[in-house]
Amino acid sequence: MSDTLLSVQGVQTYYGNIRALAGVDVEVKKGEIVSLIGANGAGKSTLMMTICGSPQARTGTVTFDGEDITRLPTHLIARRRIAQSPEGRRIFPRMTVYENLQMGASLDNLKYFNEDVEKIFTLFPRLKERQGQRGGTLSGGEQQMLSIGRALMARPKLLLLDEPSLGLAPLIVKGIFDAIKKLNQNEGLTVFLVEQNAFAALKLSDRAYVMVNGQVTMSGSGKELLANPEVRAAYLEGGRH
Amino acid sequence: MEYFVQQLVNGLTLGSIYGLIAIGYTMVYGIIGMINFAHGDIFMLGGFAALIVFLVLTSVFVGLPVVLLLLVMIAAAMLTASLWNWTIEKMAYRPLRGSFRLAPLITAIGMSIALSNFIQVTQGPRNKPIPPLVSSVYNVFGISISLKQLIIMLLTVILLTTFWYIVNKTSLGRAQRATEQDRKMAALLGIDVDRTISVTFIMGASLAAVAGTMYLMYYGVTVFTDGFIPGVKAFTAAVLGGIGSLPGAVLGGLLIGLIESLWSAYFTIDYKDVATFSILAIVLIFKPSGILGRPEVEKV
Repeated sequence: MSDTLLSVQGVQTYYGNIRALAGVDVEVKKGEIVSLIGANGAGKSTLMMTICGSPQARTGTVTFDGEDITRLPTHLIARRRIAQSPEGRRIFPRMTVYENLQMGASLDNLKYFNEDVEKIFTLFPRLKERQGQRGGTLSGGEQQMLSIGRALMARPKLLLLDEPSLGLAPLIVKGIFDAIKKLNQNEGLTVFLVEQNAFAALKLSDRAYVMVNGQVTMSGSGKELLANPEVRAAYLEGGRH
Repeated sequence: MEYFVQQLVNGLTLGSIYGLIAIGYTMVYGIIGMINFAHGDIFMLGGFAALIVFLVLTSVFVGLPVVLLLLVMIAAAMLTASLWNWTIEKMAYRPLRGSFRLAPLITAIGMSIALSNFIQVTQGPRNKPIPPLVSSVYNVFGISISLKQLIIMLLTVILLTTFWYIVNKTSLGRAQRATEQDRKMAALLGIDVDRTISVTFIMGASLAAVAGTMYLMYYGVTVFTDGFIPGVKAFTAAVLGGIGSLPGAVLGGLLIGLIESLWSAYFTIDYKDVATFSILAIVLIFKPSGILGRPEVEKV
């Protein structure tokens, strides 16, 4: 299909001798929001990083926009416009908020920086207040906003979000999810996200995958999975308040 | 009083040279967390490149203006030293980047020995003199300042300003700082980490080469072992100022230059190194991360 943006096929990833991904198939079409849910240690973040080539898949292929990117070095994958807000946020601690955002825009050498940074500041007004502050001194939630903002600065074709709701107050989570939805609807941004907050993720997503022990065990539309009793038992009930 | 100020001027000159070398140590440490022990020898190699270019130029063209001569010497030294440091990083350090921390360190010591032996074999083990290039001396309020000293200090100020600007205000500098703080994230943002590290080695080597040329001009002589002592002093300067910090490296360099020349002026010259290292030890007791160094703990 020509409208497939990202296709992961039979990917196995190892950390040393430990297999973290045991043959994963995932597909993301242009303009979709797709989420990946699963328990801790299921391999969700590993899949995110494998798409970006760090670590590289041992077997299988990752195809982006019709091009095989499995063996490309990470920085070249990023230059294909795959931006990631990774696990642990990875804010540059000794750079200011503003500089962190500049780093996000380094692909275009800051060409659209002024225009884009205003959008980010509208999305996260908190970042505007803190723009001169060092990244390492921000609170967890602020770092999360910065991490997402930095990823958006790259003008991505595909945005990878690893637990965007982690450590954030419910109200801010809602704000971020609304923002993702808006970017998706208005600008056709394709989003692939990992979430522990399965309820919110499934509600937001067009489609979703469930991952267990390094394998995709279920997939379907967000609605289907929300209604699925197994998913409900494992990821929703008891986890939702 | 005049004597004191005179020593101050001498100390600052020497300190400028140490500072220029120390920046290379500190930048490389900052970006890949290793001490490039071959850096002192890169400094020495830069001096030799300048000397060779000087000898060739003065024997081919007679009566070249000194300014032009100095500029060509500096350029040649920078080019040679950069090429060597770039090659060393690529061949000796990069393959070991994923390995345990001691491996590149030991390799660096090996590279240091290899470089000084290489110069010893190819250039001979004896002192290599250079005729005085600039010999004007000015008298200001009873203090004599030589043109050499002025050139060294002026050049240091210019280079440091340029460097400060590059590291803090340009996209290259941002890429360097990002690579230093989180290499993986830098790559995720499209930064070519290998290239950034190479550029850092080239920048460090360029400064060391300028220092090497200045050292040669100042003392009028160089020898293959010259990388060692100034290298150790500059390394000490980087540690004293706080390794990883650019202003720290310069401050450390100037301090060590001053301590050395003031100690030699008022006490016995034989113990000047003892004085330097004692002060290093004292500073490290009270401020383990150096004067301007940052503490290791960081909220992430």
